[in-house]
Amino acid sequence: MSAEDTLLYLDGVSVSFDGFRALNNLSLTMMPGEMRAIIGPNGAGKTTMMDVITGKTRPDHGTILFEGETDLTKLREAGIANLGIGRKFQRPTVFEPHTVWDNLELALKAPRRPLNTLTYAIGRDDRTRIEEILDITRLSPKRDRLAGSLSHGEKQWLEIGMLLAQDPKLLLVDEPVAGMTDAETEQTARLLCDIAGKHSVIVVEHDMSFVRALGVKVTVLAEGSVLAEGSLDSVSANQQVIDVYLGR
Amino acid sequence: MLTRFFLMGLDRKAGLVLTVLALLAVLVPVMTLVVPEGSPWHLSIFSVSLLGKYLCFALLALALDLVWGYVGILSLGHAAFFALGGYAMGMYLMRQIGPRGVYGNPILPDFMVFLNWKELPWYWLGFDHFAFAALMVLVVPGALAFAFGWFAFRSRVTGVYLSIITQALTFALLLAFFRNDMGFGGNNGLTDFKEILGYDIQAPGTRVGLFLATVAALALSYMIASGIIASKLGKVLVAIRDTESRVRFLGYDTESYKLFAWTLSACMAGVAGALYVPQVGIINPSEFAPASSIEAVIWVAVGGRGTLAGAILGAVLVNFGKSYFTGALPELWLFALGGLFVLVTLFLPKGLLGLWAQLTARLPSGKGKRVPNGKTADQKGM
Amino acid sequence: MRRAFRWLLAACVAIATTSAALAADLRPLVQTMGSGGYAGTEKALNQLSEAGDPAAVPVIEALQAGDLYVRKADGLVVIARKAGAGFALTDPLSGAVVGEAAAGAIDKIKINNALRRSISATLGALTLMSPDPATRRSAAEAVFKSRDANALDALNTAIAKEKDERIRRVMEQARAAVILTAGASEVDTQAAIATLTARGDRDALALLSMIAASGATDALKTAAAGAVAAVEQKLMFWGALQNLWYGLSLGSVLLLAAIGLAVTFGVMGVINMAHGEMVMIGAYTTFLVQQGLRTYAPGLTDLSILLALPAAFLVSGGVGVIIERSVIRWLYGRPLETLLATWGLSLALQQAVRSLFGPTNREVSAPSWMSGAFELGGLTITYGRLWIVVFAFAVFAALLVALKRTWFGLSIRAVTQNRPMANAMGIRTARVDALTFGLGSGIAGLAGVALSQIDNVSPNLGQSYIIDSFMVVVFGGVGNLWGTLVGALALGSLNKFLEPYAGAVLGKILVLIFIILFIQRRPRGLFALKGRAVEA
Repeated sequence: MSAEDTLLYLDGVSVSFDGFRALNNLSLTMMPGEMRAIIGPNGAGKTTMMDVITGKTRPDHGTILFEGETDLTKLREAGIANLGIGRKFQRPTVFEPHTVWDNLELALKAPRRPLNTLTYAIGRDDRTRIEEILDITRLSPKRDRLAGSLSHGEKQWLEIGMLLAQDPKLLLVDEPVAGMTDAETEQTARLLCDIAGKHSVIVVEHDMSFVRALGVKVTVLAEGSVLAEGSLDSVSANQQVIDVYLGR
Repeated sequence: MLTRFFLMGLDRKAGLVLTVLALLAVLVPVMTLVVPEGSPWHLSIFSVSLLGKYLCFALLALALDLVWGYVGILSLGHAAFFALGGYAMGMYLMRQIGPRGVYGNPILPDFMVFLNWKELPWYWLGFDHFAFAALMVLVVPGALAFAFGWFAFRSRVTGVYLSIITQALTFALLLAFFRNDMGFGGNNGLTDFKEILGYDIQAPGTRVGLFLATVAALALSYMIASGIIASKLGKVLVAIRDTESRVRFLGYDTESYKLFAWTLSACMAGVAGALYVPQVGIINPSEFAPASSIEAVIWVAVGGRGTLAGAILGAVLVNFGKSYFTGALPELWLFALGGLFVLVTLFLPKGLLGLWAQLTARLPSGKGKRVPNGKTADQKGM
Repeated sequence: MRRAFRWLLAACVAIATTSAALAADLRPLVQTMGSGGYAGTEKALNQLSEAGDPAAVPVIEALQAGDLYVRKADGLVVIARKAGAGFALTDPLSGAVVGEAAAGAIDKIKINNALRRSISATLGALTLMSPDPATRRSAAEAVFKSRDANALDALNTAIAKEKDERIRRVMEQARAAVILTAGASEVDTQAAIATLTARGDRDALALLSMIAASGATDALKTAAAGAVAAVEQKLMFWGALQNLWYGLSLGSVLLLAAIGLAVTFGVMGVINMAHGEMVMIGAYTTFLVQQGLRTYAPGLTDLSILLALPAAFLVSGGVGVIIERSVIRWLYGRPLETLLATWGLSLALQQAVRSLFGPTNREVSAPSWMSGAFELGGLTITYGRLWIVVFAFAVFAALLVALKRTWFGLSIRAVTQNRPMANAMGIRTARVDALTFGLGSGIAGLAGVALSQIDNVSPNLGQSYIIDSFMVVVFGGVGNLWGTLVGALALGSLNKFLEPYAGAVLGKILVLIFIILFIQRRPRGLFALKGRAVEA
C-alpha cells in the first residue's frame, strides 16, 4: 500500500531496549476517519508503539509517516502533538493541582507558544467549547474541583475530555476503561464511537467485551509485530492468535 | 492589556504583600530621616541597609521560588545570577570612584593598577554609564541563564541532575572570579565605592533611596511573578512541574516554557544582586559559593515553596535569624541553619505558609478547595 | 645491656680520636686562611685542596657562606653565627663550641669573585673525591648545575678514580656540561653532546639548545639541533607519562571520594550532600587513632593508618546508619528534599567537628613506608601517591566483590530493583537500606583515611570533594560502578593534562564546563542504563 492516502503509516519499525526487541519490524496503516482496536498479550509492544508514534521513543529504524508526508521520527513530542495526534495514557494523567476547567482550558486547541499563553484571555467560543466537553464527559458539576480530587473513573473521563478539547486528527487511547465499572465502560465505548466519526482513533485495550462493543477492525500484536488483522471474530478464530494468548 | 495582566495576579495574598511593602516604603524614610535620632521610633541608617539587604534576599528568594516552586527546577546556582548582577553594578560603582582611588588613576580601578594593567579590558567598557550597567544587570545573568537553560532543557536534564549541574556552574564561576587575571578584582572583589548616580553612597538620603528602590523592585517583581502565575502560562508551568511529559503530549513545547521562567528568574536574581551591592558596599567571589545558593533554597522552603509570599517571608525570617545568631551565638548558627534544613524538609514540606493554610483549613468553616497532596515532579523517582 | 653500652662508648671514642687526628693535620692550614688577605686565603685554599681531605669541606663551605671569622684576641679561625646580640663561635673542623663574641671582637674573612670561583672548584674537588658515594654523586650534580670550568681538573681526576659506574656517568655528564659551556675541541664537544643527549633531561636540553643556537661550527650546530630534537621527544614522552601518572593519582583520589557516593547515590538514589562530611569524619578518626597510638603505644605509630582503616569505616558507617534511620528514610522518593536535608546535616556535622577539634588543620603524619619517592625511567613516583592508587583500586575491587558475590550484595540489588518483591521474599528492606547507606558512608570514611595523607584535615575537608564526587558519579553514569571508575580516572587525567596549558584553576573550570556540556549531551552519563525502567 502506498503511504499517500493514509493518515498514519508505519513501515518496518523496530525498537530495542538493552537487547530486548520491543518492536520488531512493525508495519501498520490507518486511513483517515478509521477506528482501530489493538490487542495483544503483555509485552507485545502496544505501549511502545504509541511511544514511537508520539515521539516519546525514537525507533532504531523504520518509517513513520503522518498524512502520508510528515516524518514523525524527526519530530519531538510537542511537534507531533501539534500536528494533531493526541494521546491518552494507560494510567490517567491529569494536572492534579489544577481545576477540571483549567485542565480542559490547557488542552483546548489554541496557539501553544509561551507568548500566546501569557496573553491568553478566554473568549466566548472557547468557553462554550469547554462547557460542551464538560457536558459530554459529565464533569459539569465538578468543573471547579481540583483534578487531583476526582475519582479514578472521573480522571479517565477528564483525560478523554482533554483529548476532545485538543481536537486531534488521530487519537491514541491506551486502555481507556481500565478500572471502570461496566456501566462506565459502556458509556466510554459509546463516546469513542461518537468521536470516531470525526477523528481517527487507535484504542489499545485488554477488555474483550469493550473491543467487541466498539465493533471495529482489530490488529493483534505479538512480540513487537503484527500477528493478525481483521474483525474480532476472525482474529479470535486465528490459530496463531489463540496460541499466543493461551500459550502453546 | 498590561493592566489586565497585573490585575490578574492580584489576589488577597498579593494585596497583603503589596500593602506591607507600601507601608515599609512610607515608614522607613520617615523613621530614618524625619524622626529625630533620640526618639525610640528612630531607625538607624545601619538598620535601613540591613532591611534593604533582607529585601534583596527576598527578591532572590522570589526568583528562586518562581522556578522551583512553580516549574520544579531546583536551582543550586541562583546565587551565581545574583552575584553576576552584583558584579555588573559593582563595575559601575568602581568606575564612579574615578581618581579618588588609592592610586588615583582616573580610569583604572585600584586592583588593575596594582596588577600593572595598562588599560581597561574591553568588558569593562561602557560600565561608566549607569544605563548601560543597569542593562547589563539584566542581560548578563539573563544571557547566561538562557544559554545554560537552552542546552540543559533541550537535552532534558531534569531533577537532581539539573540541580547538580547548576551547582557545578556556580562553582566554576566561583573559581573563575577568584582568579586575578579575570579582571574582577580576584579574591577581594570590588569595594570602596564612593558614589552612585552622583550621590554619596554613605549618605543617609542615598541609603534610604536605595532601600526604596529595593522595595519598588521587589513589589514590581512580585506583581510580574504573580501575574505570570495567574495567567495560562503559569498554569502550563505548574503542569510542567508535576507532569512534564503529559504537557508535551498536549503540544506544548515545554523547553521554551522552562527557558522563559528560568531566564526571567535569573534576571530578577540579577536585579537583587545589583541592589544588594551598593547597600553592603562590597561584592566578592564568595557570593558565588554553592553554599549561598543552597541557603537561598532554604529561605524558600522555610516560607513555603510555591507561594510567592512564602519566599519573601522565609528570606526575611531566616536572614533575621542569621543576623541574630551570628551576633549573639556564632557557634550555634550553623547548627541552627543545618537543623532548619532537616526540620523543614521532614516536618514542614510546605513551609510556614503551608502550615498556616493547614491550620486554617482545619477550622470547621473551612469549606474551601481541598488541598491536593503535595505531589511534585521530583517525586517521580530517580 | 651493660656490655653493649661499654662497647658503644668505645666505638664513640675511637671515632672521635680518628677525626681528631685528621683534623690535626688540617688545623695549621685552616689557621693560615685568616692571614695575608685574599692571596693568603687563596693559598690556604689551594693547600687544602691538595691535601684532599673532605674534613675541610665544612670550613670551605663556611668561607663560601661568609661565616668564617678570625677572633681578634688570639687569631683563631672560627665559624661565627649570629646569636642574640653577639655571635656564637664554633670550631670549623670539629664543630665544637668555642664560645661567644661581640660583633667587634671578630673579623670576617672576606672573599672576592676570584676566590669565590676557586672555592667552588675546591669544594667540587674535595667532595668529588669523598669516600661517601652519596656525597660524590651530589657533588657531581652540583658541578653539572654550576658548569664551573675550575672544576674540570678535579672532575677528570675523579672520573679516573671512580669505581661506581652510575656516579661516573653523572661525573661525565658534569664534565660534558663544563666542556659545552667553556668550549673545547670539536671532538670533545661532539662527545659532550652525545653524553648530554643520553642524559636527556631539561638541564641537558637547555645546554644543548644553547649550542644549537650558538655553536662554534655548523657541524656542531646541526649535531646539537639533532640532539635537542631527540631530547625533546624523550622529554615529551616522559612528560606525557608523568601527566598520566598524576592523572591516575588524582583519578584515584576522585575515585575514593566518589565510590561511597556511587553506593548511596548510584545504587540507592539518595542524594547525600553530607557525603563529604563522612570523608571528613574518616580523616578525623585517623587523627584520633594516631593520637591514641602516640600516647599509649608509640611503637605502633607507623601502623596507625592501617588501624585507622577499620576504625574510620565503622565510625563513618555508624554515623551513616544513624543519618539514614533518623532522616533519610523519611525522604525516600523525594530526592530534592533529601538533598536539602543532607546539606543541613553536612553544615551541622562541620560545625560539630569545628566545635570539638577547633577550626585549624590537624596534623596526620605519614608512616615511614608511605614517605619518600622512587624513580622509574623519567618518572618520579612518591610512595604516598602510589599507595593511594593501590588503595583506591583495592576498595573498588572489594566493593565490587561485596555487591556481586555476597548475600548482602544480593539483598542490596534485590531491594533496589524491586522493593515490594524483595520485601515479600523476606528481605528486611529497612535494614538493608540502613546497611547500604552505612556501607556507602563507611567507604567514604576509608577515603578519609587516605585523604588525611594528602590533604589538610580540617572541618572543610569534605566540602572540597563533594562537588567533584557528584561530577564523577554523574559523569560515569548513575548506578554503574564501572562508570564511576572510568569517570574518576578520565576526569583526573583530563584535569592533569589541561593543567600544564591552562593552569590548575582554569583547568578545573574547563573540566567543570566540559562536564556540564557532557551531561547535556548524555544526561545519564557515560554508561547509562537504558530502557523503560529508567523512565518509570
